[in-house]
Amino acid sequence: MSATSPLSTVIANGRVLDATGERVADVRIEAGRIVEVGAGLDGDTVVDASGCIVAPGFVDLHAHLREPGGEQAETIESGSRAAAKGGYTAVVAMPNTDPTADHRAVVDLVRLRGEAAACCDVLPAASITIGRAGVELSPFGELAAAGVRLFTDDGTGVQDPLLMRRALEYASGLDIVLAQHCEVARLTEGAVMHEGTCCSRLGVPGWPAIAEELMLFRDIELVRLTGTPMHFLHLSTARSVELVRAAKADGLPVTAEVAPHHLCLTDEALAGFDPVYKVNPPLRTKGDVAALRAGVADGTIDAIATDHAPHPPASKERPLDRAPPGMLGLETALGVALSVLDMPVADVVAALSWKPAAIAGVGDRHGGPIEPGRAANLVVFDPDERWQVVPGRLASRSRNTPYVGIDLRGRVRHTFLRGDHVVADGEARR
Amino acid sequence: MKHLLSVDDLTLDDVGRLMELSDHMAEVNQRANPKVPALRGTTVCNLFFESSTRTRLSFETATRRLSGDVMTFAVSESSVNKGESLRDTIETVAAMGVDAFVVRHGSSGVPQQVCRWTSASVVNAGDGWHSHPTQALLDAYTVRTELGRNTGFDGLHLVVVGDIKHSRVARSVSRLFAKLGARVTFVAPTTLLPVDPEFDHTADLDGLIGDVDVLYLLRMQHERMSEALVPNLGEYTTRFGLTPERARRLREGALVMHPGPMNHGVEITVDPAELPGAVIGHQVSNGVAVRMAVLFDLLGSGAVAR
Repeated sequence: MSATSPLSTVIANGRVLDATGERVADVRIEAGRIVEVGAGLDGDTVVDASGCIVAPGFVDLHAHLREPGGEQAETIESGSRAAAKGGYTAVVAMPNTDPTADHRAVVDLVRLRGEAAACCDVLPAASITIGRAGVELSPFGELAAAGVRLFTDDGTGVQDPLLMRRALEYASGLDIVLAQHCEVARLTEGAVMHEGTCCSRLGVPGWPAIAEELMLFRDIELVRLTGTPMHFLHLSTARSVELVRAAKADGLPVTAEVAPHHLCLTDEALAGFDPVYKVNPPLRTKGDVAALRAGVADGTIDAIATDHAPHPPASKERPLDRAPPGMLGLETALGVALSVLDMPVADVVAALSWKPAAIAGVGDRHGGPIEPGRAANLVVFDPDERWQVVPGRLASRSRNTPYVGIDLRGRVRHTFLRGDHVVADGEARR
Repeated sequence: MKHLLSVDDLTLDDVGRLMELSDHMAEVNQRANPKVPALRGTTVCNLFFESSTRTRLSFETATRRLSGDVMTFAVSESSVNKGESLRDTIETVAAMGVDAFVVRHGSSGVPQQVCRWTSASVVNAGDGWHSHPTQALLDAYTVRTELGRNTGFDGLHLVVVGDIKHSRVARSVSRLFAKLGARVTFVAPTTLLPVDPEFDHTADLDGLIGDVDVLYLLRMQHERMSEALVPNLGEYTTRFGLTPERARRLREGALVMHPGPMNHGVEITVDPAELPGAVIGHQVSNGVAVRMAVLFDLLGSGAVAR
């Protein structure tokens, strides 16, 4: 290598996995890009990936980084560090901040803070309506020009069907995606946990599945009417999976995501009234978990998205009905997905990486394929390593993880952001 | 037992022991000086986040008759909302030296949460829609004494009428009575039932009024009308109230119970004093004996009945 060449890093002997398939190879990175994939490569730094998967970095469609306004729970820096530790090279930052990301200043702030932290790409989402109040549309065109791809009022659904129709019509041609948090608010007033056997027994206000399914059905029909693509956030019920499956069979431009906790936990987790298990949408039943897993397996559900929702400890020490919903997800998503999904690793990685990259509109930079010329946004993980969450070692500022004491299989070893070795041997370097 | 959070925590042996202890405490309460030194030196903190004069007085009386010290902490919900966390409140009071917390809260599950933050015993004095185990125990004790049912409730038909869905009393009484062998039927419109009721249910009170051993009427909250759960109180009374017509059809010896406070003219339109089976006053007096039994069982030396 000549003295003027940039320093190179070789990820050696890993199982290189992308949408084109899997092969054992070395990957050489220089100046932020993949320059060579092959056998016996040499570099200034060699990272041994024997037994590990080398994949395009993960892309999270759904993270609450809380900044601006909720910095006691998370900052863009702490959240993006947590993301990098989880193998993510890009995260979509939800707009339910204070102030709401419904104008350019907040969107720019989020992006700049993400660049300063330099742990992963932080992709600001913006709200569909001003202040997420469901009354006036946010300036889609101006925000799209500022680089926003995903619009959502997440935390609440757009209740007004006329406004939602107008939003879809107005979004047409802007190359943006409207993402819905499906919840008919009137049906979930005071709701705390899934409405079913468990809430009946515990005497806790029920959160009916139909609140999600009604809005999902409405929006699928609005997509049919307008032709504008939509993405459905954190689906949680068996019937929701069926609705999306039928919509896709009809050729409608819809995509959907599921959160890791909805793939493994049920409403029974709330039997001890611990608010750490309170989440929106709520943990549902075994039947719903099975249907959601099947939905990921058959591609009905495109992406696994964390819905990473940090909350400071005191807020989760309130009574169950007063504690805020949400749980951490960025640092555990891979481990949960590999532990509970009975499907090929390649399909799990697809749902964590290239499929969400396409939905987020960053398929040119994230999600592979792993070939010369592409940005070196990569994750190296051991698919078989067993580990447990240690709350004090989380990069997140918050501790509201539901996975303490649970054996997880599959752990991130290294994350590279444009060639920068941001996570090494499981530890964040920034 | 360390805590009493729910009737689910009780084995049949626990219930039997508490019933026998309650007999003993009832005898104490009959004495000219109804006081024993069983809990001398122990402190019971009544932590009431929801106002409840009756239950609070019942626990205070029970503690004093056992010579325990009472600390009563009526926390306004607003002060907790101002930012003091539940955990801060518990840890602060626990640091003053408390052997048991008696907790009443409008939110289901708070007593379970309290257990995680203190080494003291915790007695649930009613939480949200979830549980009210001492109410269920005093009701079981009342039926046991009134009907001479010392060995269980096999064959007994308990009919609970009213707002089952929002009732911690209904959840606790039905489960404890079923544990003791009773057959349980809920009577309510579907709007006032949990989505998945644990027991048989019907909206036809007239269809089973002649087949009841214990008719348990629940308090009908006025705010349920604004939530469109029932059209109006008059219709509620027509369909689910204990009217003179229904009272006449009650089997001889059937008991009529109510956890109080009663809405006269709503869930009941007959004067309870004219009902031979109404034992509502006995429920209240038994409440003190049963709560003495519970506190003694949790905190006492255990020498009396074990």
